[in-house]
Amino acid sequence: MRPFDHQTPANAHTAVHLAAAHPTAAFLAGGTNLVDHLKLGITHPDLLIDLSAATTAAITELDGRLLIGAGARNSDIAADHRVRTRYPALAEALLSGASGQLRNMATAGGNPLQRTRCAYFQDTTTPCNKRRPGSGCAALGGFTRGHAILGASDHCVATHPSDMAVALTALDATVHVLGPDGERTIPFVDLHRLPDDDPTRDTVLDHGDLITMIELPDSPIARQSRYRKVRDRASYAFALISVAAALEVTHGVITDARLAFGGVAHKPWRARAAEQILIGEPATDDTYRLAAETELANARTLDGLDGGNAFKVPLLIRTATAVLRQLAEEPR
Amino acid sequence: MAPAGYRRGVETAITTRVDGTTRTTRVDTRTTLLDLLRERLGNTSPKKGCDHGQCGACTVLLDGRRVLACLTLAVTTHDHDVTTADGLAPDGDLHPVQQAFLDNDAFQCGYCTPGQVCSAVGALAELAQGHPSHAGDITADPEPTRAEIAERMSGNLCRCGAYTNIITAVEQAARG
Repeated sequence: MRPFDHQTPANAHTAVHLAAAHPTAAFLAGGTNLVDHLKLGITHPDLLIDLSAATTAAITELDGRLLIGAGARNSDIAADHRVRTRYPALAEALLSGASGQLRNMATAGGNPLQRTRCAYFQDTTTPCNKRRPGSGCAALGGFTRGHAILGASDHCVATHPSDMAVALTALDATVHVLGPDGERTIPFVDLHRLPDDDPTRDTVLDHGDLITMIELPDSPIARQSRYRKVRDRASYAFALISVAAALEVTHGVITDARLAFGGVAHKPWRARAAEQILIGEPATDDTYRLAAETELANARTLDGLDGGNAFKVPLLIRTATAVLRQLAEEPR
Repeated sequence: MAPAGYRRGVETAITTRVDGTTRTTRVDTRTTLLDLLRERLGNTSPKKGCDHGQCGACTVLLDGRRVLACLTLAVTTHDHDVTTADGLAPDGDLHPVQQAFLDNDAFQCGYCTPGQVCSAVGALAELAQGHPSHAGDITADPEPTRAEIAERMSGNLCRCGAYTNIITAVEQAARG
């Protein structure tokens, strides 16, 4: 690990200006991913900007919206009564991620910015276009069980690992960002990007941009939301696939829907095509299945030394169908 | 002369309360809390299993909440309170969770045990505060069932596979 300075600015503005003045600085929040990357040699910041005093951990309400401070811990967000009742998919997503210890460390601002757990990205002895542009992709032809089936490119087939981000994508959250040029908001669904020809960039944020808050809208449909995650063991594992969904059914007809998938792409995948199929149709398994199949019509699966990831397509169709059925049959 | 690009480590003084005693040390900013405890302060109760946040053997309580010492930089614990499994038994008086581990034979080699114990203390505090988990209904008050305990302790691996008795020990401690 290379040496670095450590500073703890007293507020977000100072933190952002400090970062802007140091091109190789990194923000430190919970540290659960960054400190590991320092050890693995994936990143080499010469300054860590400790956000413990610069961001708030408070969760507050404003006109029916919920504002989650970037410093709020995953465990505290999941325990918040407002989150559990008004945005249950978010609480479920948070609780399905990591372990009790890690959820006590990880923050609202840091969680969406965690990086892929692609084994080749994390192994500095292998080629990886995300870690070392132009070096190639060792995942292609390697072990691809955890890799993308939607929106991947020839340069990168990694998936985004966050559960929280999938729920935020489905529930129309907004990200508040403070950058060197001031404040702005970004719809959460637009925060992450596809790899295209530059997989080094996971999000649309630039150096020095700081997430200060995550905003959840006043959303009646969000009360009828769920998150389901499928993984290789019952707890403490990343998603093979996951589904965040919200459904509104009136007299047996779907009147509104929100759907997002995790574990399938370089970003949390908002399933807009599926939502269009769902709305106005009868709340039946046939509808749910058709919606999921439509969303996955352009899926491209990978071969791999471990058998590849083609299993994700039927698994995701069945899981999405099951979650939507549960929302319709067992309203919260 | 140092090679081009070489940079000396950056040192900083930190004061951390460890197991009730205030300790001031000069540490390299790269030092983890785990290495501070084990290598600088001589407290070897938190263990280095994976050193990457995957095994839970280094679990300690930071301001009363369970965290991984291997992914916590020591500089971030300045002015904070750290409790290790050692500190749970001042003067050798065992904490109820430690006694429950003994009573239920909840370990074999014992390497993961200090982390398991700290994690269990943290998990029981979270349960008492009504924190939900993946194992239960998120809108209901959680009960310390075996399924709840297994889920809440999933961040602590035991290569001996003593899980069955670990869950029983945590159940006993939960009953108080």
